[in-house]
Amino acid sequence: MVEFWDSYALPTIIIVAKILAIVLPLLVLMAYLTLYERKVMAAMQLRKGPNVVGFYGLLQPFADGAKLFFKETVIPSGANKILFLVAPMITFLLSLIAWAVIPFDEGMVLSDINVGVLYLFAISSLGVYGIIVAGWASNSRYPFLGALRSAAQMVSYEVSIGFVIISVLLCVGSLNLSDVVMAQKSDLGMFSWYFVPLFPMFIIFFISILAETNRHPFDLPEAEAELVAGYQTEYSAMAFALFFLGEYVNMILMSAICVILFLGGWLPPADIAPFNWIPGIIWFGIKIAILLFVFIWVRATLPRYRYDQLMRLGWKVFLPLSLFWVVATAGFLVAFDMVPA
Amino acid sequence: MGFIDKQARSLLLGEIVIGMAKTFGYMFKTKATINYPYEKGPLSPRFRGEHVLRRYSNGEERCIACKLCEAACPALAITIDAEPRADGSRRTTRYDIDMTKCIYCGFCQEACPVDAIVEGPNFEFATESREELFYDKEKLLANGDRWEQEIAQNLNADAPYR
Repeated sequence: MVEFWDSYALPTIIIVAKILAIVLPLLVLMAYLTLYERKVMAAMQLRKGPNVVGFYGLLQPFADGAKLFFKETVIPSGANKILFLVAPMITFLLSLIAWAVIPFDEGMVLSDINVGVLYLFAISSLGVYGIIVAGWASNSRYPFLGALRSAAQMVSYEVSIGFVIISVLLCVGSLNLSDVVMAQKSDLGMFSWYFVPLFPMFIIFFISILAETNRHPFDLPEAEAELVAGYQTEYSAMAFALFFLGEYVNMILMSAICVILFLGGWLPPADIAPFNWIPGIIWFGIKIAILLFVFIWVRATLPRYRYDQLMRLGWKVFLPLSLFWVVATAGFLVAFDMVPA
Repeated sequence: MGFIDKQARSLLLGEIVIGMAKTFGYMFKTKATINYPYEKGPLSPRFRGEHVLRRYSNGEERCIACKLCEAACPALAITIDAEPRADGSRRTTRYDIDMTKCIYCGFCQEACPVDAIVEGPNFEFATESREELFYDKEKLLANGDRWEQEIAQNLNADAPYR
């Protein structure tokens, strides 16, 4: 009994506690991301944004959540019931399990695996399934078209994301995300983070994650003017909420990956007095918040791309550019004998 | 040269950066919206809102049942019945406005020789049922008592232009 407790029960409880410690704050953050988005968008459009529910509108996300929770889940009669309900769960779960390898601070990571980058890449690719299953199972035209677009878009941009990640990995010499962050640490502070030497890659990566998370200006899968709400058209209540949660958690996740790869993860911008008093997790959060601000800022600024423009950008601009940069980075590292061990 | 220039600009995201700077600047401008139920925007004295029937300061109702408003109404929203009162003066026995028909053109107040029917500054008279929007004389007179001060001010402000 004691052995059972020590070797199975206790570790399980600890892992579950760790998972909850990641997931619960994440969901609260996601709720506030919606408020953040509405407030920033409102400010940029000369509006006030939600300010009635709670002080400064701070309870608005919970009011929205409660509303969705009490709505009826409508299942279209022509839909494949099981897949229709499984699809949002897939999207939601995939957006959460990726957080297992994200290092929040030095050593503060659920599972410090050596193929962290590959794991993230695999999970984000699986995200297409949730969307395409939803589009197919709805048995309706708009969702199906939206799902096809979404799948094509995510697959296209994953290719250039792959090359961008490769160029970072060439500089790091490890697939472990904690190593990626530590490789960016030096006396130069923020100037040794990879967004400086790999600046064009940083921009390409950011634009690609906009496409990957189906955000503006690449939100063609849910282009409301032509496709109603894309793959979400037939969804309501909690099923819709799961898609919504998944999408926003994915935004946070992609920003976190971008922070780890290019903005020095939990490292302070300079390793001097006032900056290194602040714990790493706060720096990590600040950097994510800045990137999320840019997500929203882009949404408030740019109109939607046409579909052929989107595909052209992915295949004819980003792919050659990132491919070239991988070769250039590799050549530079070899030429100056800087290849990491 | 033009080709290279154009390509370089699009590669450096020139226009996107300009656009983003624009939206960022807008973030700090004064908001164009107001906290509506708590703050309200300005209204012209000529604003044509909910109808009221006014009284003289001695409490006598102004309407003399001439039915000019009924005749002027393009939406046929006004219905008036009239009889001589006990003291011999001509008064309405029925003055109904169907607010669901009314198009708020203001012809009734233009037509009125005694400024009895006036469209006041109130625009917040939404109801939960259709029936509540069939206003009768009692409701209109009550409105008149409620909005008299504002209406008198507005008529006064607009008087030089009439």
